[in-house]
Amino acid sequence: MNHSVCIISTRAPYHGHAAREALDAALVSASYDLNTSVLLMGDGVYQLLNHQSPEQLPRKNLSALLKALPLYGIDSVFVDYESLQERDISEDQLSEGYTLLEEGGLAPFIAQHDKVLNF
Amino acid sequence: MKYALAIYGAPATSQAAQTALHFAKALINKGHSIHRLFFYQDGVHTATTLASPPQDEQNLPADWAAFIGEHQLDSVVCIAAALRRGVIDASEAERYERPAHNLTDPHQLSGLGQLIDAGLEADRLVTFGS
Repeated sequence: MNHSVCIISTRAPYHGHAAREALDAALVSASYDLNTSVLLMGDGVYQLLNHQSPEQLPRKNLSALLKALPLYGIDSVFVDYESLQERDISEDQLSEGYTLLEEGGLAPFIAQHDKVLNF
Repeated sequence: MKYALAIYGAPATSQAAQTALHFAKALINKGHSIHRLFFYQDGVHTATTLASPPQDEQNLPADWAAFIGEHQLDSVVCIAAALRRGVIDASEAERYERPAHNLTDPHQLSGLGQLIDAGLEADRLVTFGS
């Protein structure tokens, strides 16, 4: 059994605990030896912004956890291009280590996974 | 068909828990089976036994508990999400030295692995509220 799982994360990083809890699901999925991808779309793309300093909220820095995902067997974080465009976010505002899904790439990307969990 | 339901919205702030209950009842009526219910994120508030709405309003946590009991369903509440939000069973209350516990009986606290497992085991995993 070697299923592939896509975790879709659609919430801004400090909007409640939704973004953190989506990543937790991704980490558990990877720990089951499932090929796991994380897809940021909608407000989820804000999770990749550079220069986050949530310490004063206080919250843990979510972008640090995103960068650490390869350590847990999740090779890349995928980002929806149209979600970036809608929010006027340019790529130089994002921290490194992601793969951009070009226009029209979203549906085929999701379809190539056996299981999709949407958060 | 074998279904699993994931519920992410709280009963007081989202339609998710109520829609999911209607959907679950419809599944049973149509002869489908429910492999597992998984309450995650704010959905864990559905599992509190302390919700006490006015008598002429629906008590969604109580309705869920009755439905789960009647059909002997496997209902899992994510332990990490629940502890974060103050939904806690007797053994966790003891572990964290809390003065009370409020997890309704037919639910069980367990890990996120139960959600991933439900996604793999069920023919369909349906999400309510995200």
